[in-house]
Amino acid sequence: MDTVIDAHDVSKIYNRETIPVYAVNNVHLHIEKGEFTALVGPSGSGKTTLLNLIGGLDKPDNGNVFINDLDITKLSANELIDFRLKNIGFVFQSFNLIPVLTAKENVEFIMLLQGVKKSIRDARVKQLFRQIEMDDKVDIRPAQLSGGQQQRVAVARALASKPKFVLADEPTANLDSKSASNLLDIMAKLNKEEHITFLFSTHDQRVIERARRVITLVDGRIVSDTAAVSTKHEKVDV
Amino acid sequence: MWLIKMAWKNLWRNRSRTIITMAAIFFAVILSVTASSLKDGIFSNLVKNVVSFYTGYVQVHKKGFWDEQILDNSFKSSSKVEEQILNEKNVTAVTSRLESFALASSADITKGSLVVGIDPEKENQITSLEKKIIQGSYLKDTDSAVLLSQGLSERLKLKTNDTVILIGQGYHGATAAGKYLVKGIVKFGSPDLNDKSLFMPLATAQEFYGADSMITSYILSLEHTKNLQTTRLLLGTELGSAYEVMTWEEMMPEVKQHIQTDSSNMKYVQGILYLLICFGIFGTLLMMMVERKFEMGMLVSIGMKKSKLIILLLYESVFTVLAGCMLGIIASIPLVYYLNRHPIRIGGETAKAYEKFGFEAIFPTSIAISIFIYQGITVLIIGLLLSLYPIYKVIRLDPVTAMKR
Repeated sequence: MDTVIDAHDVSKIYNRETIPVYAVNNVHLHIEKGEFTALVGPSGSGKTTLLNLIGGLDKPDNGNVFINDLDITKLSANELIDFRLKNIGFVFQSFNLIPVLTAKENVEFIMLLQGVKKSIRDARVKQLFRQIEMDDKVDIRPAQLSGGQQQRVAVARALASKPKFVLADEPTANLDSKSASNLLDIMAKLNKEEHITFLFSTHDQRVIERARRVITLVDGRIVSDTAAVSTKHEKVDV
Repeated sequence: MWLIKMAWKNLWRNRSRTIITMAAIFFAVILSVTASSLKDGIFSNLVKNVVSFYTGYVQVHKKGFWDEQILDNSFKSSSKVEEQILNEKNVTAVTSRLESFALASSADITKGSLVVGIDPEKENQITSLEKKIIQGSYLKDTDSAVLLSQGLSERLKLKTNDTVILIGQGYHGATAAGKYLVKGIVKFGSPDLNDKSLFMPLATAQEFYGADSMITSYILSLEHTKNLQTTRLLLGTELGSAYEVMTWEEMMPEVKQHIQTDSSNMKYVQGILYLLICFGIFGTLLMMMVERKFEMGMLVSIGMKKSKLIILLLYESVFTVLAGCMLGIIASIPLVYYLNRHPIRIGGETAKAYEKFGFEAIFPTSIAISIFIYQGITVLIIGLLLSLYPIYKVIRLDPVTAMKR
């Protein structure tokens, strides 16, 4: 299988001058194409920081992050923006969408940044809205959508650029159980049918149960890495 | 194009805030345009009053006359010189004068007077002398008569149809003497002119002073008074070093200084207005940056280049400033036009002081297009300069920090 994400000995330290806090501590992580992985752990365990490092939003103090064999820690801030646009889809916990744009325009936005032709954009938007089962909501603004619908549009936007993988930071945190389940169904379907790689942080047990691989972080360290929690329950202590 | 659309949509995400900002710019532009056009209108009216009073916008003399204003510094009137002057595009009219001093006497009273020989018709085109007549009638070229200023006529106890006797020194020391019919009385606002001037046809004055064909000055009126200095320079070059070409600013430096002083004061008022605009725009930008910090972090996270984000914010600023500015200018046009047609009339002591000097006690506005353009551009520049703040914030934006709640 192809390695999409390869983090080597990655650390992120805050308050270096006073009392150093290891938000991420010597993490080694490999994610293969098509994985559906949950990053779990208590609040403050370093999930978001690790996702930020993998997504090129932040730079590690030690170690390297390779995306498709490219060391993104060596890229400049501007190169990273361009890299994220072309390679990574992001879904955040909330306030994902641009409030003044409709659902369709939000999804189209990424492709506008990429300079994709209108005909291609239209076809892609149509396809994505079918996949997230929101064909009838394309011209509605985010404020008129439910939290679950907003997150589905955010997933569609993350996929619009045909990224190498999608990073989702607690995507179901603000959703009720039904909306969370719907969102996961869609993500799982996209993963299964389109082989899209998902890496998402969560501490929601319902989400953890749907993941095919669960990585547990405590105090910035990976303490366990299990594959197929819901099926095999194989646990590999790290 | 999509960035422009998005900027326009962003503008209306918080309608009240955008409208308040536009309103601040709108009212500031109206105030600024009105203040500026009033300033220009008042000053150009003042200059028009002063200049049309007596001096004209430009005068041509024999070199050295202004420093030593004696008859011996007069020069021969020449139709060629007059033609050269009129050939200058900005000159609309020219008249000649012969000015000197003489003693004016009635039965038993004598007083020093300023005798001005004029071409009645041309003089009237430039200084509207006929309008200043309060008794009797205006002069004709062939008259052997005079117009007395009101103060002088009262001093000499003369009325129209009386005779005034003039005695003085003529050209090259000759004796000048003559008696003339008082054809009319003129009233000047300037106490100095009102107390001592006496007008007679140019030919009569030349005969009185024994200065055949001689004049002391050409008085010019201009089409575009703003091109005063250019006209002076062009005429100076055209007429050569035998003549001195002087503007009203050089002949009446005290008036120019008064205008400059008042202009400086007006600049402070405008400065305060611009400051209000600055606060209005900056307040909005500040609120906008706080309100959209997370969103901007998110946009950069998902791959929007900072340069694109900066352009988006610039469009938003320009739209707000431009809309407020355009609406302000549009609204100020009828106001300024109305005040030009129906100038503010001042009363009380100020009005008396104005009228004393023969000025109309009014504050008209100027409707020069340049005022509107200048104010519009100034406010636009202010808006763009203030946009440097969000640009700075975007340049320094760290998506991770921006998205922390």
